[in-house]
Amino acid sequence: MNDSRFTTRSELIGILVLAVFLVVILPLCLDVFRLNLVAKYLTYAFVALGLVICWGYGGILSLGQGVFFGLGGYCMAMFLKLEASSVENTKIQSTPGIPDFMDWNQITALPFFWKPFHSLTFTVAAVMLVPGIFALIIGAAMFKRRVGGTYFAIITQAVAAILTILIVGQQGYTGGINGMTDLRTLKGWDIRPDHAKIVLYFFEVGLLFACIFIAQFVRHSKLGRILVAMRDQEDRVRFSGYSVANFKIFAFCIAAIFAAIGGAMFALNVGFMSPSFVGIVPSIEMVIYTAVGGRLSILGAVYGTILVNFAKTSLSESFPELWLFGLGGLFIAVVLAFPNGLAGIWGDYVQPRIDRLIGSRKPKSGAGWTDDSVADGAPAE
Amino acid sequence: MFGDYSIGDLGSIFVMQGFAGLILFSVYVLMALGLAIIFGQMGVINMAHGEFMILGAYVTWMTSNVFQSYLPSLFSGYFFLAMILAFLASGALGMLVEWVLIRHLYKRPLDTLLATWGLSLMLQQAYRSIFGAREVGVELPQWMLGSLHVTDSIEVPINGVFVMGLTVLITIAVAYIMFRSRWGRQVRAVVQNRIMAGAVGINTAKVDRYTFALGCGIAGVAGSAFTMIGSTGPTSGQLYIVDTFLVVVFGGAASLLGTIASAFSISQTQSTLEFFMSGSMAKVLTLLAVVGILMLRPQGLFALKVRK
Repeated sequence: MNDSRFTTRSELIGILVLAVFLVVILPLCLDVFRLNLVAKYLTYAFVALGLVICWGYGGILSLGQGVFFGLGGYCMAMFLKLEASSVENTKIQSTPGIPDFMDWNQITALPFFWKPFHSLTFTVAAVMLVPGIFALIIGAAMFKRRVGGTYFAIITQAVAAILTILIVGQQGYTGGINGMTDLRTLKGWDIRPDHAKIVLYFFEVGLLFACIFIAQFVRHSKLGRILVAMRDQEDRVRFSGYSVANFKIFAFCIAAIFAAIGGAMFALNVGFMSPSFVGIVPSIEMVIYTAVGGRLSILGAVYGTILVNFAKTSLSESFPELWLFGLGGLFIAVVLAFPNGLAGIWGDYVQPRIDRLIGSRKPKSGAGWTDDSVADGAPAE
Repeated sequence: MFGDYSIGDLGSIFVMQGFAGLILFSVYVLMALGLAIIFGQMGVINMAHGEFMILGAYVTWMTSNVFQSYLPSLFSGYFFLAMILAFLASGALGMLVEWVLIRHLYKRPLDTLLATWGLSLMLQQAYRSIFGAREVGVELPQWMLGSLHVTDSIEVPINGVFVMGLTVLITIAVAYIMFRSRWGRQVRAVVQNRIMAGAVGINTAKVDRYTFALGCGIAGVAGSAFTMIGSTGPTSGQLYIVDTFLVVVFGGAASLLGTIASAFSISQTQSTLEFFMSGSMAKVLTLLAVVGILMLRPQGLFALKVRK
C-alpha cells in the first residue's frame, strides 16, 4: 500500500461505522449507568490506541502504560479534589481547605506541587505534559542506549511497580491505596448527575476520535512507515541514516500522552482515581485489550477494549471464578492462534467476503481496518 | 539518621539487618536461578514463574499436612521429601507448559510474556479454587524453630540459616549442571546456536523441554523454602515476579554469577534501608537505583561478550 493519503475509503467507512456505533447506537440502547460503563471502557481505548502505535507499529512493548494512565488521571483528580475541598466543604477538618486525606494524615498545609492544580489550564497542560516528559526521559534513557524488546518491557514494568508503591506509601500526598475519591465538580459544574455523565460521554467520544485521527495521520505519514520499517528491520533503517532512537521515543511519547488523556477522562467519568489503575496488573491488561483487538489495527483496538471489558464486567458479575480462567485463556488463545487479534480475523475472513459481495475490484487488498503488513516480524507459525 | 545509635548498636543493626537481607537474598537467588535458566538461557519471559514457585509452596504445605496426620513420627524430616516433591511437581507442570505453550513461541519472546501472564492468571485462580483464598502456613518441625544467639544483641533464626544453606547447595548444583555436565553443555550449545546444535545431533526440542522443566523445578524448591519464612497465598508469587526479573536483568541475563551478585546487592540494600525508613520507601529507593543503573549499564553487572 503506497498511498500516503490520510485514510483510504474503506478505512473512512470503518471510522464512520464506529462513530455511528458510539454516538448513535450505544446512547440509544443503553441506560445511563451502562453508558457510563462504556465511557469507563473507552478511557482504556485511549491507552490501547497508543499501544497500537507504540507496540503494533513501533514494535516497542511497554508494560508500563498504567503509569501514564495514572499520571494523567492523578493530574485531573488533583484538580477535581482541590475544587471539592474548598474551605466551606471541609469546615469540619482541623485544617480546612486541604483534601480530606491530607487532613487525616496530619498534613497542615497544601504541598507545593499541589498548588498549581488550582488552575484548570495548568491541569489540562499537565495531563499531557507530565506523562509526556516522563515518557521522554525514560525513552531517551533507554532507546539512546539501544535497549529494546524484552528488557524495555521489564524495565517499564518495574517503573509501574515503583510508582504504585510510591503512591500507596505516600498516603498524605496521594491518598494512598484508596486513591482520590469524592470528586464532585469541574469549574462549578457537577460531574455526578446523569445528564453530566451523558455530556462527558460525548466529550470523551469526541476526544477519542481526535486521537484516532492523529493515529491515522501518524500511520499514513512517512513517519508511520519508518516506524514499521524499524520494527521489521531496525538495523537497515539505522544504516539508511535514520535516528532509530528518536522515532522510538516519539512513538512511546505519543502512546504515553494518549494513555494520559484516557486517565484524565477516567477521573472525570468515574469520579475517582486510585493506584489500582497504575500498577503491573492493569498495565498488562491494557496490553491485552490491544492484542485482542489487533495490535496493528487502530479501530480494532477500540473494539477490543470494549469487548474485553464488557466480557469482564458481565463474567465477573455472574461467574467471578470463571473470569480469571477466561482472561488467562484469552491471553493464550490470542497469542497462539490469532496474533493479529479480531482485526486479523476480520481482515482474513470477513473482509474478503464483503468485498466479493459488493463486487469490489480488489478482493484481497486488505485495505480494511487491518494493516497490510500483517507479517509483524513475528510470523504466526 | 545514625545519630541516636552508638557504634556498637549500629554494628548489631547492620549485622541483624544484613542477616534479614541474607534470607531475602536466598529467596531471590532461588527464584532468580530458575529464571536465569529460563530467561537468561532460553530467552523466554516466564511471567508465571512466581506461580511455579507457589506450586512448590503448596506441595510443601500438603506434604506437611500428610505427615502430621499419618506419619507424625517422621515429621521432623518431612521437609526433605517435600522439597523433592515440590521440585518434581513444578518440573512436571513446567514440562507440560513447555509442550503445550512455550515451544510454539520461541521466535516471539514478547509474546511468551503475554501467554505466560495468561497462564499465571489461570494458575492463580486454580490455586484459589483448590486451596482457598486464605494464606496458608506450614508447621515447622521442632529443630527449625528458635534462634542461635551469637552475641547479646545479635541472634539469627535457625530456619533462616537452613534456607541459606539450601540456597548455597542448590546454587552449586545448578552451576555444576549448567557448566560441568554433558547436558549443560548441550543446553548452552542450543542457546548459542540452535541450528548448529541440531546439526551435530543434539535433540534441541528435548533440551528445551528439560531446560524449561529444570528452571520451573528450581522455582518449586524456592517455593518450598519460601514456606519456611512466610505464608503462602494464591497471589504470593506475583509479588516477587518483578523483583526477580530485575534481579536477573540487573545481574546480566546470561550470567549465573551476575544473578547471585545482583540478588545479594539488591536484597542487602533493601533490608538495610528498611531499618531506617518505611518499607515502601526502601523498596522504591532500591528499585529506582536498580532501574537507574540499568539505564546507565543496560547489559547488567556481568555481561557476557557475545557477537550478535
